[in-house]
Amino acid sequence: MTSEPKSSRLSGGPVGFPFAPPLPLFLLNPILKRIVHRIAAQNPDMFDRLGPHRHAYFLIDPVDMPLMLYLRPDPEALDFRAVNRRALPPHVARISGKFLDLLTLMDTEQDGDALFFSRDLIVTGDTEAVVCLRNALDDVDEPIAESVADMFGAPGRGALNFLRRAAENAQKRKGAST
Amino acid sequence: MAAELTLGPNLFHWPAEQKIDFYNRIADESPVSTVYLGEVICSKRTPFFDDKHLDQVAERLERAGKKVVYCSFSEVVIKRERNILMEWSKQEGRDLEVNNTAALLHLKGRPHRIGALLNVYNEETMAYLAGQGATHFSLLPELPRSAVEGLGAKGAELGVGVEVQVFGRASLALSARCYHARAHDRTKDNCQFVCGEDPDGMVLKTMDDKPFLTVNGIQTLSYGYLDMMADLEDMKSIGVTHFRVMPHTCDMIAVTRIFDEVLAGRMGVDEGEAKLRELGIDAPFVNGFYRGRAGHDWVPRATEMA
Amino acid sequence: MNAPVKPELICPAGTPAALRSAVDAGADAVYCGYQNATNARNFVGLNFTPEEMEKSIRYAHDGGTKVLITLNTFPPSGNVQLWKDMVDLSARLGADACIVADIAVAAYIQKHHPDMRIHLSVQAAASSPEAIEYYVREFGVKRVVLPRIMTVSEIRGLVEEIPCEVETFIFGNHGLMVEGRCSLTNYVTGQSTNMDGACSPAACVKYERAEDGSMSTILGDYMIDRFGPEETAGYPTICKGRYKCDARDGGYYAFEEPISLNASTMLPELINAGVHAFKIEGRQRSRAYVKKVVAAFREAVDSIMAGEEPKLADLVALTEGQKQTEGALKTKKWR
Repeated sequence: MTSEPKSSRLSGGPVGFPFAPPLPLFLLNPILKRIVHRIAAQNPDMFDRLGPHRHAYFLIDPVDMPLMLYLRPDPEALDFRAVNRRALPPHVARISGKFLDLLTLMDTEQDGDALFFSRDLIVTGDTEAVVCLRNALDDVDEPIAESVADMFGAPGRGALNFLRRAAENAQKRKGAST
Repeated sequence: MAAELTLGPNLFHWPAEQKIDFYNRIADESPVSTVYLGEVICSKRTPFFDDKHLDQVAERLERAGKKVVYCSFSEVVIKRERNILMEWSKQEGRDLEVNNTAALLHLKGRPHRIGALLNVYNEETMAYLAGQGATHFSLLPELPRSAVEGLGAKGAELGVGVEVQVFGRASLALSARCYHARAHDRTKDNCQFVCGEDPDGMVLKTMDDKPFLTVNGIQTLSYGYLDMMADLEDMKSIGVTHFRVMPHTCDMIAVTRIFDEVLAGRMGVDEGEAKLRELGIDAPFVNGFYRGRAGHDWVPRATEMA
Repeated sequence: MNAPVKPELICPAGTPAALRSAVDAGADAVYCGYQNATNARNFVGLNFTPEEMEKSIRYAHDGGTKVLITLNTFPPSGNVQLWKDMVDLSARLGADACIVADIAVAAYIQKHHPDMRIHLSVQAAASSPEAIEYYVREFGVKRVVLPRIMTVSEIRGLVEEIPCEVETFIFGNHGLMVEGRCSLTNYVTGQSTNMDGACSPAACVKYERAEDGSMSTILGDYMIDRFGPEETAGYPTICKGRYKCDARDGGYYAFEEPISLNASTMLPELINAGVHAFKIEGRQRSRAYVKKVVAAFREAVDSIMAGEEPKLADLVALTEGQKQTEGALKTKKWR
């Protein structure tokens, strides 16, 4: 179990998320539940890849958003929900980064490897569990980002394309500045 | 077969005079039965000692009753190295210890030894090589006891020698690049033999100043020194026949005498370990590999084997 | 000199999805391994179950792509049977070759599966014509994967001398230690690269941030690197870390910088040198990486063979440290 990371680099700075969403959690959580059950139903093999880490709780921390996501990729006890930043539940690992960087990591159409071990994403806790989760997500047939977007029809796909462009531009800006 | 103490090849680039003095003292004062000679790490070093003094030193050691074995290079890439290795493989009159597969091409059907830098991890590989003429196997330092046991048993069945390093820095990695030259912003071709400045290897420390590894040209070794004194009896019981001490700048006469006493049962392990620690060796002792743990670990004697 | 042949493009797959991406992007062959110690990339969450391998081989063969199975570690005494089982399984599933490093494994294939092609893994560290000839003579090796330490002119000389095909790395992680001759990970973690297929295993990795914004990457008990607040951090691979020594002020990359091999500009020379197969590294990399790199090199090789100028997409962004090198291929000054 890990403590709150402190990083001057990740907190502050311009917020990259275009929707400015302090969504009420009671509205958001049923949607997240739908998403994760759908992904799990489509990709049953994914859980094998997680081995013992399927029982682990992961905290996904978009530092530029007001909430965090809490994931337990266990087919027998799936859990995916938004949690309040002020009351963090126990977890084995935490992945912190800007929302767009986290999206890039989840989106198997994009190469998130360079990002993964860069400073833009910070992994605390059980590194092996996170690497395992990353490899499992990379093996799903339908890219997760697209599955999610498809659930919301044309507006969903539009939003994904918008976000992908934003993420690509952000990567390019980073590349240009180094 | 009675347990024998051997002196492994000197991996470091010492001045020729220092090497000659060193081996003269070994000839006169050390109880080792076998001495391994010859440059293993870098072909550029051979003009200093090997080309000029090796045979004389070998004869001197033999006159003192030691068996002498010549070792091959470990890395063989450029034409010069290939030619030297081919000539080396064809020589007669001495036991040869192979550290690069290329030499096996020439040695099929002729007796030879397999060095501790060749990958023999299992009894079937051992049997295959023995079938082609290998008579003696120096095992890799990273082998856990379970693997040494299997190789020891096979060795006994095949009637070949099985040798394990019991003292000195453990070889961990080889490269085509010279890390000594790199540390001094030089290339391998223009190294100016800067490795000669570090007769026990150049210590690498982590960014938080913890000593970690040592560099010897293209070779990376452990920072810690292997000390397997507490395991000699156990090793004997699972088929290890030869016990290898590696040359360092510490008092090697003392080191070989202590190991010889303990190996022969004339000195207890506790006393031997205490005496070894009085020699002023400026690095920790390690034994983790054999115990199935991280190589840098020191596992006290009472601890159960992994 | 041999007339240039069209080299096969050999592509990595850490997961079935990556394998399908490689096949779809035009790989001539894909290399992959099982989820156990027989495989030198025995990393968590990667590699294939027997069922996945069966399906994947079918998919690849339907797409005209070969599957080469990596059995490229060294079985320790007492555990050789696992490697034999994986050989038998690969033969049963119709794999096109096994990539092996250990003599016992090679001898087993030769004896029990004489029709199975043996490729000599880079882990066997055969870097001279004599070493390669030994494996060809003893085990009928059909192809050797060359260590990443040779210049193009050395490769050319070697192709002319040896009686088997030659495969060279053209892109990806640029390991510096002679593969198959490195036990650094075992020294630090107790898991062996040669016996367990481990290299800086994630279970032993920690990232630690300090008050001043610096970040340390830790493997086991050792700090492998420390990064300033504005530096891009890397995974703590021992041979890519920064250390201190008496000869220098401050930390330096004692072995190699975190840099990737990119031989795209040297493809024509390598083809002229008679190389039979180009290998792309990266079984631990994402499916997106596989797709982009394979597609780019597919186009490049096809263009060169058609006598056209290759239009290589910029592959720098896919390299790990965002820096690239032609490595040893260009000059032996690298040593």
